[in-house]
Amino acid sequence: MFKIIRREEMAEGTVILNEIEAPLIAKKARPGQFVILKANETGERIPLTMAETDPEKGTITIIYMVVGKSTALFRDLKVDDGYQDVIGPLGKATHLEKVGKVICVGGGTGVAVLHPITRALKEIGNDVTCIIGARTKDLLILEEQMKAASNDLRICTDDGSYGHHGFVTQVMQEVLDQGGVKLVVAIGPVPMMKAVSNITKGYDVELQVSLNPIMIDGTGMCGGCRVTVGGKTKFACVDGPEFDGHKVNFDELMLRLGSYLDDEKESHDHYCRVRGE
Amino acid sequence: MAETAAKKAKKEKIPRQAMPEQEPKVRARNFEEVPTGQSAEAAMQEAARCLQCKKPACVAGCPVEINIPAFIQQVKDGDFTAAITTIWETNALPAVCGRVCPQELQCEGVCIVGKKGDPVAIGNLERFVADYERKHREAKPPEKSEPTGKKVAVVGSGPSGLTVAGDLVLKGHEVTIFEAFHKPGGVLVYGIPEFRLPKEIVFSEVAGLEKLGAKLECNAVVGRSVTIEELFEEGYDAVFIGVGAGLPRFLNVPGENLIGVFSANEYLTRSNLMKAYLFPEYDTPVIQGKNVVTLGAGNVAMDSARTALRLGADTSRIVYRRSRDEVPARGAEVHHAEEEGVDFHFLTAPTKFFGDEKGRITGMEGLKMELGEPDASGRRRPIPIEGSEFELECDLVIIAVGANANPLLTQSTEGLKLNKWGYIVADEATGKTSKKAVWAGGDIVTGSATVILAMGAGRDAANSIHDYLTWGW
Repeated sequence: MFKIIRREEMAEGTVILNEIEAPLIAKKARPGQFVILKANETGERIPLTMAETDPEKGTITIIYMVVGKSTALFRDLKVDDGYQDVIGPLGKATHLEKVGKVICVGGGTGVAVLHPITRALKEIGNDVTCIIGARTKDLLILEEQMKAASNDLRICTDDGSYGHHGFVTQVMQEVLDQGGVKLVVAIGPVPMMKAVSNITKGYDVELQVSLNPIMIDGTGMCGGCRVTVGGKTKFACVDGPEFDGHKVNFDELMLRLGSYLDDEKESHDHYCRVRGE
Repeated sequence: MAETAAKKAKKEKIPRQAMPEQEPKVRARNFEEVPTGQSAEAAMQEAARCLQCKKPACVAGCPVEINIPAFIQQVKDGDFTAAITTIWETNALPAVCGRVCPQELQCEGVCIVGKKGDPVAIGNLERFVADYERKHREAKPPEKSEPTGKKVAVVGSGPSGLTVAGDLVLKGHEVTIFEAFHKPGGVLVYGIPEFRLPKEIVFSEVAGLEKLGAKLECNAVVGRSVTIEELFEEGYDAVFIGVGAGLPRFLNVPGENLIGVFSANEYLTRSNLMKAYLFPEYDTPVIQGKNVVTLGAGNVAMDSARTALRLGADTSRIVYRRSRDEVPARGAEVHHAEEEGVDFHFLTAPTKFFGDEKGRITGMEGLKMELGEPDASGRRRPIPIEGSEFELECDLVIIAVGANANPLLTQSTEGLKLNKWGYIVADEATGKTSKKAVWAGGDIVTGSATVILAMGAGRDAANSIHDYLTWGW
């Protein structure tokens, strides 16, 4: 069992943080890599990119949004409960390089994945502008941490309740227009990454995105996580999870993420019935 | 002379004892094992058919050289516990092998009785003996040698890894098995369906190894969680790599990434390892097609097409680009699939898949083929017939055309020589690789093959590892 030693609720309880004892994974993991978690005997294998690792303490931290049965099951685990299985670190680590001016764009729980990458990019000497967004102020996560991890933090809310009133892409475009940006890292919901990609294609910048498709084993064995990048099929688990955001077929990815929508609903309803909700 | 002839005549009178099976129509809708197992009487009858040859061809035909006449004699005498002890001398997984070995190409294929009739049902007898022991637990586990103080890491808990672990733990070495999945067994658990090999049997065989002292570490992805170098730093004296082939091949035809197009690996892993057939009691779903097409005609394709029926398909078709004569699956598997209602479409190959606006597959286009000259594999090459395009409606496609070498471990290990396809180069007789103190066997060396061949490779490697740990490289 992999014990949970810290649990926090964020964004009005829709987002959960778990710090988990996993010393071997913590020792090995680098920014951008992911783990697969399975709550119990009957559980699904869920891939999540790590938000934090502490090799000395021997812990990893995941931050996820509660969207279906499996994440509801994760949500119901308390401190001192544990995950039956945690596998990792998986995937390739983020390619970190000093390039100069960088923009990091995060949306939803993508911000959690973006955090260690942002920090690492700043630590090696990049000038990092970070732009994070949420629907409304109360759903924003990791504001303090992102502020510390970047040189300049911009916040956006769809409803204007905090920071810039509008989307992260609008602020990103303003920063891009000031010139000098070499690299954009965007991690968040697929529509956000697609919107970012549509804009950055018009500038002379590189775009790095982190994908989270449906997968089972995470070691290249099932091919469920295949994505089309530059017209070629890639496996997100071993070739990614990070790819050139100008080459990813986001429309296909979005469709594939919906493969099991009906089943997910059935599973969630079943879980609620079992719990007597 | 007269007496021998009489004895022979008597033997010929006993027909091969049939293995009772679930009715095809019934079993095509459940996941319980197809053959239901023989009675002790039937097993003893069958054992009486063995001629007890002085130079038994069957033993030579077995990749792990089980002393077949000896254990059959013990079955004939009704001493099933002695029989399992005999098998255990050379095979740690008899309940598995009795079920999934291609006996018709091995022991039974060369059985002398088979020259003038049906061969002795060696596989069924092996299965009977193993099942008897699992139920009664009367046999003493094999003797373990004194501890040697040497540590061996076995990477992968499939058939080759389990064989290496079983052999070396008996020779007194300290063995740890590393498995990437959350459950041990490799292809025996994620790939081969419950109706052909109940998972409880695999777990029971693994538990037996653990009881003997082998350690098992699941969720350990060697190459990511830990490297081979780090295993040596941690004090392991030798490493065996048996990670399987494990990188599914796709066809590179348009529409292959539509929802409802699976690799057989994914489809079978969802159903077998993750138990999607018990959804929603188990959380992992799988798409349940009504009209299912499986591409390929190996054992994995048969498993996929038969699983689709059990998950509720109205039609389950095998589409194969060569003819019936080239089908690589075991005869028994093809026979079972046909009995259950799987349709075979030979000399056909897919050219594209179609989908709807939601990205879900709705059909495929194929071409008719004819056979030309033999290709590198020795089989006649399929050639498309121009203008023979046809369409097939389907809502689920399973691609079962084999696997390539998974580079996850090999790329993270320096000094490991690979061939041009990415498989590990290993000595045929010993499994030794180009890297000191590292052995390899099974599909990561040979490409996709059978359970028993992987076990044979494991046996050879275990002997070589033992020699190394005793005498040096």
